[in-house]
Amino acid sequence: MENRLRVLRAERSWSQQDLAERLEVSRQSVNAIETGKYDPSLPLAFRIAELFDLLIEDIFVSPSRRSSKAI
Amino acid sequence: MRWTPAMKRYNWRVVWLSLLYGAFLVVAVYGFKHRLVADSLVYLVAILPAVPIIGIFAAIGRYLIEEQDEYVRMLMVRQTLWASGLALSVATIWGFLENFDLVGHADGYWVAIIWFFGLGVGGLANKLKFGETGSGC
Repeated sequence: MENRLRVLRAERSWSQQDLAERLEVSRQSVNAIETGKYDPSLPLAFRIAELFDLLIEDIFVSPSRRSSKAI
Repeated sequence: MRWTPAMKRYNWRVVWLSLLYGAFLVVAVYGFKHRLVADSLVYLVAILPAVPIIGIFAAIGRYLIEEQDEYVRMLMVRQTLWASGLALSVATIWGFLENFDLVGHADGYWVAIIWFFGLGVGGLANKLKFGETGSGC
């Protein structure tokens, strides 16, 4: 799933490891989410959103909205 | 991949169970070869090496329960699905081939061996898709 995680992390000068420790997940998880290879569960998506003090949809791009825009 | 706490526990369990398997196998083979096993104990001694193998299956289940990192857990689930799919497919194909007398008899424990091989195949599939193998290999 497309997302702004890399940008949000870079704005705070956090490494993937920094973010992983804050989220209590592995660095590999952060990398997989950032690159869109893995879609986080709803609880993890909420944790990410709460960490950045944003809404989930401010970070993750809805696949259905993205495809409807393309049409 | 850096090991998660659940992964470390899983690896230790597998190491101990593997050592136990080796020891039980030696005991069973030696016991039967030298006719040291009493008639009342033959079934017990014969299945002794299977017990740690079953323990490894349980350790994998335990790992999936204990793993807190959902992405790493997903990698292991994918590995076990690959392993199960491969082992069941090979067993089914072999069963029919054997039924039509096209191949010789294969001992049932080969299913477990193929299943463990399948974990490696699953790890390779993970590597190709996600760039990570997972924990099972």
